Amino acid sequence: MEQVDLGVIGAGPAGMAAATIAATAGLSVVVLDEQPAMGGQIYRAVASGGAARTDILGKDYLEGAGLAQDLQASTARHLTEAVVWDIAPQEGGVAITYSHKGIPARIEAKRLLLATGALERPVPLPGWTLPGVMTAGAGQILLKASGMVAPRAVLAGSGPLLYLLAVQMARAGSPPLALIETQSLRDQLAAAPRLAGGIRGWRILIKGLGLLAELRRHGIRRITGARDLEVIGTGRAEGLRFSAQGRAQEIACDTVLLHQGVVPNTQASRALGLAHDWHAGQRAFVPRTDGWGESSHPGIFIAGDGAGIAGAKAAAVAGQLAGLQIACQLGALDRAARDAKAQPARKTLDAERSIRPFLEAAYPVAAQILCPADKTLVCRCEEVTAGDVRHWAGLGCKGPNQTKAFGRVGMGPCQGRYCGLTVTEILSHSHNLPHSQIGAYRIRMPLKPVTLGELSTVNAPEDAEEGHPK
Amino acid sequence: MLVPVTFEGAEMMLPEGANLAAALLAAGVGAFRTTPVSGAARGPYCMMGACFECLIEISGATRQACMMQVQAGLVIAKPKGRANGAG
Repeated sequence: MEQVDLGVIGAGPAGMAAATIAATAGLSVVVLDEQPAMGGQIYRAVASGGAARTDILGKDYLEGAGLAQDLQASTARHLTEAVVWDIAPQEGGVAITYSHKGIPARIEAKRLLLATGALERPVPLPGWTLPGVMTAGAGQILLKASGMVAPRAVLAGSGPLLYLLAVQMARAGSPPLALIETQSLRDQLAAAPRLAGGIRGWRILIKGLGLLAELRRHGIRRITGARDLEVIGTGRAEGLRFSAQGRAQEIACDTVLLHQGVVPNTQASRALGLAHDWHAGQRAFVPRTDGWGESSHPGIFIAGDGAGIAGAKAAAVAGQLAGLQIACQLGALDRAARDAKAQPARKTLDAERSIRPFLEAAYPVAAQILCPADKTLVCRCEEVTAGDVRHWAGLGCKGPNQTKAFGRVGMGPCQGRYCGLTVTEILSHSHNLPHSQIGAYRIRMPLKPVTLGELSTVNAPEDAEEGHPK
Repeated sequence: MLVPVTFEGAEMMLPEGANLAAALLAAGVGAFRTTPVSGAARGPYCMMGACFECLIEISGATRQACMMQVQAGLVIAKPKGRANGAG
């Protein structure tokens, strides 16, 4: 079995930066990633064609190209299309099991870095399961990886990603029909005092204003303070209905791209049983990590948005910090060298994080998303409604895990990725208990569905080799 | 280069190596499957392998279209969930 010093899961900014710095320090490093090319979602396809679209995607996207080049130039091995489905802590490290094109394999690593990034926050509103409704992130992935603009699209929800995506679509020649935003002017004014002092906060504000100005130049209609969003259509999205300025409105469209911010992808950290805390500002659970990204389980690190949303630049430097500490723990760097290299990374990380409280307050999660109407589907896979979950709460169902027994919520193929937070929110509201007390789904391996064939091939020959026939 | 694949028995030409879910969307396919619970139509939602909405059937195996690339000769079928209105 292959043995390495460091196994990194995810080749986004955090994973690329961590692998590069650890490999440069002399560690043997493997990066496992599900995609055919490195970059993660934020820099998706940056080393394989996306870079040719910089005029559309903007220069921030190109920062990923530098990270990718550094990783390619390092001794770290990058495994593409590697779907990790099991991580087992063992003496001296972890065993990582993954499948590549359906063929399973296992790697042992002395240290593990989870760099699994973010997921779009679930956006349970009426009609969100209709074909033609996608996340804003999906809209951006189509642009980055395929140079494709979703046709006749309305962008709906809240967050600066909507502005960036709208501008990118306009530059690509297919501007969205409209931006329907759920935050209000009052939210934005209330957020203003949280704008971090110093140049960093102003820079983000100026960038945001620049995007808004470009939206106006493209003549893209923008409505804020929208409520009661609903995707209408029979068999597919045909329009978005909402109320704003005190009246019901409707826009006909073929695509609705939804966004309510992103949240840490905690699927692997949950399955490993790591400690998590509720983050009130991000309205999500965040794994508990120290200043180097080490989790509650010694030797298992988390960096990037998976450890709390802070964006791509923060992810890259958080990856460096984790890589440095891992190199130090394994004797490849002494403390003085580690600390010297860590200093600029820490400064950048602090600056990037300082702007989050402003963004969290300026673009709050819409009330209708936190507290969906009874008829709204919350679990897309098992087609369970908010009303079902509330009904079970009334029957005495206390926590997210119990809801599974009541009605299979969270037990479909997505394994709770797009309903977990909603179920926690509903139960917290129903029982009037804090989110930390309600908790989250218990996640179990395998992290992704696997076939019995994959399960049996990866386990059987190993046992025989080691002389433990079964 | 465009290569032939079949979707629900109909031949279509898709760009080789392109993301399969994106290529099907661009070719005008909206609904990739129907759900096992209610038979509702579904299509891609996250495009990053997390939501499992873009499931398709290739040679009898259920796969995530957004995690695959177009190759010549793919035989793609819609996974059929519960028939609409049945029992």
